[in-house]
Amino acid sequence: MWADQILQGVLLGGYYALLACGLSFMFGVMRIINLAHGSIAVLSAYLVLTVAAQWNVSPFLALIVVLPVMALAGWLLQRTVIDRSLRSGEVTPLLSTFGLAIVIDNLLFEKFGADTRSLAPNVGDLAFNSWNIGSVAIGQLALLTLVVAVALLGGLHLFLRGTRLGRAIRATAQDADTAELVGIDSRAVYAVAAAIALVTVAIAGTFLALRSSFDPYAGSTQLIFAFEAVVIGGTGSLWGTLIGGIVLGVAQNIGSQISPQGFLIAGHGVFLAVLAARFFLAGRDPRVWLRTLRRTPA
Amino acid sequence: MSVAAPILVQRWSRASIVAMGSLGAILIVVACGPAFLGPYWTDRLTTLFIYVLLAAMWNALAGYGGLVSVGQQLFFGLGAYLAIRLSHAGVEVYLALVLAPLLVGILSLPLSAFVLHLRGGEFAIGMWVLAELGHLLVNLDGLINGETGFSLIAISAFPPDVRRELNYWVALAVMTVLVGLVFVLLRSRVGASIQAIRDNEEAAASVGVRVFRTKQIIFVLAAVGCAAAGTMTLSTLITFQPHTYFSVQWTAYMIFMTLVGGLGTFEGPILGAVIFFLIETIFGGSGAWYLVGLGASALLFSLFFPRGIWGALMTRFGLQLMPVGYRLRFPGRS
Repeated sequence: MWADQILQGVLLGGYYALLACGLSFMFGVMRIINLAHGSIAVLSAYLVLTVAAQWNVSPFLALIVVLPVMALAGWLLQRTVIDRSLRSGEVTPLLSTFGLAIVIDNLLFEKFGADTRSLAPNVGDLAFNSWNIGSVAIGQLALLTLVVAVALLGGLHLFLRGTRLGRAIRATAQDADTAELVGIDSRAVYAVAAAIALVTVAIAGTFLALRSSFDPYAGSTQLIFAFEAVVIGGTGSLWGTLIGGIVLGVAQNIGSQISPQGFLIAGHGVFLAVLAARFFLAGRDPRVWLRTLRRTPA
Repeated sequence: MSVAAPILVQRWSRASIVAMGSLGAILIVVACGPAFLGPYWTDRLTTLFIYVLLAAMWNALAGYGGLVSVGQQLFFGLGAYLAIRLSHAGVEVYLALVLAPLLVGILSLPLSAFVLHLRGGEFAIGMWVLAELGHLLVNLDGLINGETGFSLIAISAFPPDVRRELNYWVALAVMTVLVGLVFVLLRSRVGASIQAIRDNEEAAASVGVRVFRTKQIIFVLAAVGCAAAGTMTLSTLITFQPHTYFSVQWTAYMIFMTLVGGLGTFEGPILGAVIFFLIETIFGGSGAWYLVGLGASALLFSLFFPRGIWGALMTRFGLQLMPVGYRLRFPGRS
């Protein structure tokens, strides 16, 4: 039974990694934590839902329509909110994105009401079919989520390594001022990064809608899960995010075996334990320890 | 102008002396409030005192300490919960309402040792996770029994009129003491230290500021203040349902009041609380559009008026009624 729980946890972790991808990417490039992240994921879920219902198409087709919309939204978000926030100090991005999250949540409530929705009915068998291996069942949708997460993280990794734009993003992330000196327009790079981040958020939002039901106020929980995955895996590392998501998923699944509330408590517990472990291993500051960890292999 | 002309370093100006004097007079009049306000306004003003307390606490953390917390509802909820628990254990009910925040203060000490090592967004969401965890753990208590909740039964022993007046005075007294404490603290060495840390932690440490201890003082004070706001709210609502108290909406209110009034100014959040109170009184304070308005204001103020209404007044007129800083005057020039 435990092996099954761990396996289901790994699959669940795939979803968390997918969800955390955009948050991690944005933090890695711009050093901001977007508190509207979860709300934007839920917003994308509603967009996909609306498009799918409007034209009576599969959610995956609808997603293809929504992706460019969200990329544009990301570009706009950077130009209107983040860019200005970044210039006015450390606390402003947190305040402005928190305000944005409240606006999105409540606008969604006004538009769509309090009913919970789901895209699961739109994909027929995929939502509940599974492959059975012995006594262990692997959900098709859960496996697809994990595959998409790995593909997306891998794709981003290759993009950052191998392309000219990827190198520009990495240079800007390391030191925006110096990047400007060698001819990189850091504002443009940030705008592209925000667009990419929101594309990944749109994909995550779609899978949120496919795998479970959601309502206009589901964003804050998603933000917390995404953030926990990012922190457990080590901030700023894309592959770390995958591991973080899996650790979170496994912990939650094991917790749910112990008590009905154990699902959430175990997740938060693992998150806090990882933070505490980092802090005590470093003696004082978790960042010092992280920095030394990053330096040793090089 | 000669170089030798002395520059005056002032804390008090005529305006601020008059303001502080009249504040004393206003407080005395307000303290007599229940005698002439009638039940509706007595209740409303009790709520206003709670808002002022919340705004001042969040501002002390974020505006002066640079510590943006999205999880202050943790202390708000814990305060109310512990008051229920103390009262259930037989402690006199109003004593419980005052003791619970102090217990939360003690509880926040070990917590601070942990979270104050987080920075920026990590601290913000770290606090939120703690608030969620606190909510889940309180739900596990058999007395609270999940979202069924529990009531502050003992307070029903007081007739409603007496209770209303007691709530009013306790809230007024707690607000005055705690906001006054923030005032005194910000004027002390701690005030200078915490602002130095906010502006540059490494530089502050390098000139001998005790970074951790200073943050801890502000953190614990804000925890006690938010917990007191929680117990005061409990005294007016009587029922305790965990999800109303551990709701992130409380933090949203605090952020709105502080940003609109003026983040990092002492008077601003008080003004912000009054504005929030008026909006709520006039528009009824419910519905999604109302919250859209609050969120949009927070967004716009953070982007375009980071020092809020009071900050704008301060720069425009050099106004400072409750001085926590110093000002320079050049006698040769004016």
